[in-house]
Amino acid sequence: MTQNAVRPTPASPTPPGGHLLEVRDLHVEFRTREGVARVINGVTYHLDAGETLAVLGESGSGKSVTAQAIMGILDTPPAYVRAGQILYQGRDLLTRPEEERRQIRGAEIAMIFQDALSALNPVFSVGWQIGESLRERAGMSRADARKRSVELMDLVRIPAAAKRLGDYPHQFSGGMRQRVMIAMALALDPKVLIADEPTTALDVTVQAQIMDLLADLRRDLGMALVLITHDLGVVAGVADRIAVMYAGRIVEHADVHALYRAPAHPYTKGLLESIPRLDVRGQALSSIRGLPPNLMAIPSGCPFHPRCPYVQQVCVDEVPHDLVLGDGRTSACHFAQEVHDDRDG
Amino acid sequence: MTATAEPAKVRGETILAVDQLVKHFPISQGVLFKKTIGQVKAVDGVSFELRRGETLGVVGESGCGKSTLARLLMRLETPTAGRVTLEGRDLLRATGADLRRLRRNMQMVMQDPYTSLNPRMTVGDIIGEPFEIHPEVAPKRSRRQRVQELLDVVGLNPEHLNRYPHQFSGGQRQRIGIARALALRPEIIVCDEPVSALDVSIQAQVINLLEQLQDELGLSYIFIAHDLSVVRHISDRVAVMYLGRIVEIGTEEQIYQRATHPYTQALLSAVPVPDPEARDRRTIIRLTGDVPSPAEPPSGCHFRTRCWKAEEVCATQDPLAVPRAADPHPSACHFAEVRTEV
Repeated sequence: MTQNAVRPTPASPTPPGGHLLEVRDLHVEFRTREGVARVINGVTYHLDAGETLAVLGESGSGKSVTAQAIMGILDTPPAYVRAGQILYQGRDLLTRPEEERRQIRGAEIAMIFQDALSALNPVFSVGWQIGESLRERAGMSRADARKRSVELMDLVRIPAAAKRLGDYPHQFSGGMRQRVMIAMALALDPKVLIADEPTTALDVTVQAQIMDLLADLRRDLGMALVLITHDLGVVAGVADRIAVMYAGRIVEHADVHALYRAPAHPYTKGLLESIPRLDVRGQALSSIRGLPPNLMAIPSGCPFHPRCPYVQQVCVDEVPHDLVLGDGRTSACHFAQEVHDDRDG
Repeated sequence: MTATAEPAKVRGETILAVDQLVKHFPISQGVLFKKTIGQVKAVDGVSFELRRGETLGVVGESGCGKSTLARLLMRLETPTAGRVTLEGRDLLRATGADLRRLRRNMQMVMQDPYTSLNPRMTVGDIIGEPFEIHPEVAPKRSRRQRVQELLDVVGLNPEHLNRYPHQFSGGQRQRIGIARALALRPEIIVCDEPVSALDVSIQAQVINLLEQLQDELGLSYIFIAHDLSVVRHISDRVAVMYLGRIVEIGTEEQIYQRATHPYTQALLSAVPVPDPEARDRRTIIRLTGDVPSPAEPPSGCHFRTRCWKAEEVCATQDPLAVPRAADPHPSACHFAEVRTEV
């Protein structure tokens, strides 16, 4: 806990001019026929230029919905932003008119998705799709857009880019399609790239290639990267900071080294203990008991309490606030310090 | 498991033998007069043995033929060539009552718990359906009770047998799939990616259940998955597949500690390790390019187009999966050697 004093911590001072991107106390709900699902319940996180933030969570934890809210691509209805702010360079995106948000989308903040095959349009060539924003938004001529598209395809290491410009998405392999989508996202030179499970649909050898590419691009282009994933292994490989989500909240937020060394939230701890390791062959896996919560009826107090081995009466009664631990990390647990110190339990 | 008059079952004896199994799917062209213009060589000469009470993991990337292999073993597909021997009887030539009996002994758990359960059937009907085909296993009167026992075995509430699949979560549905596979008291269960659709916290529950059932019922598993960490955790032996062939097979330790095939080494090195401190320590072998099409696999060694060790002999000569001097487990590489750096 003391040896990492040199590393930037989550509570690192706000740089002059504020964070590049900041989500403050965001609440999103889905109004459906069956009832209201509270999908995001007060998410707060920030991103500074050039860093990689991993947002980790299981399905239904709200990690993708937060990203969609930032991009302004939530389906309304059923999704409604109930409260909160999304500040990009100090401007609250949620209060801006649609036209202004459109200018930011793609040019300032871009996003890539898990399933490249369904995210790409099957009836246009990839060259056309990469060039689309260049023509429509940057006002380039067709010839210039073509030239720039080839450069972008080279940048994401698609072999024989000039020859493949006229090919359609189905003619590419899964890994190459993901590269096409990355090229599209980079077209307008965004400052923030949000990658939503970019490698989940890919095989491990291809996954390694894409993660390498993202890390190199982030460094070379000076972008900030939000990596949304459920894979603790992928996070460990690239992230600077990590925010763990559960039931629409950030339950733990820490420097990635500190978090893996000693998690301070029982959910993070349970996750780390329940994955089989390639490098360590253990005995029976310890699993987290029970099921993820129903978002239409989130448990009282701490939403994790029905599954938590540390549960006490206070967890049922009171919602835990973010507890700031010694090294600047936060954990939304009444017993954060105990969990953190309890390394073998 | 009731012991009847059958011969004593010895743990470790070969229960299933697969010999040079081949499945080629024809690629056809034309609407009226279809003609075959090529073959997708999904499974291209696979041989292995499964021993009683063990778990054989099968790993490989998408398109390597591992799911086709599962379907061939279940006789859901008809092999182009090869031989599968189950308890000394030829599974591929069995018909009628003989085939039914062999099928009873080998069941399958599917990958997707959302599409592999009929949404219009109750859980009780889903788990009890195998008894319609094999009424000798459970007489009609005792079926309801047997289904409840099965629900209990897989950790679900026995009272829930009148519920429908949509009322269960993904992990619970996979338990229903496991209960259905157990209904006929098989000795072998083929698990095709049984946990890959599940969340991490639920994955561990299902893996633990499978291990516990193996201990209690003496089951043998063929465990097909793309997640190398999961396979290592559950398997006694592991087979690595690439483009329709087994490139390396050995004990869990031989494959994970002393792999000699370059593909296995590359695959293992690419698995993300959940430890940020390992970031700089590990050298990932970066494979270039994509897996070639199984319709036109490269000549000789299938892996040679992506292999950094490839030489002329790799293009002309098929390396056989035989024990190599580098480590005494079968490896299909002319230049098999143990990787020293990690």
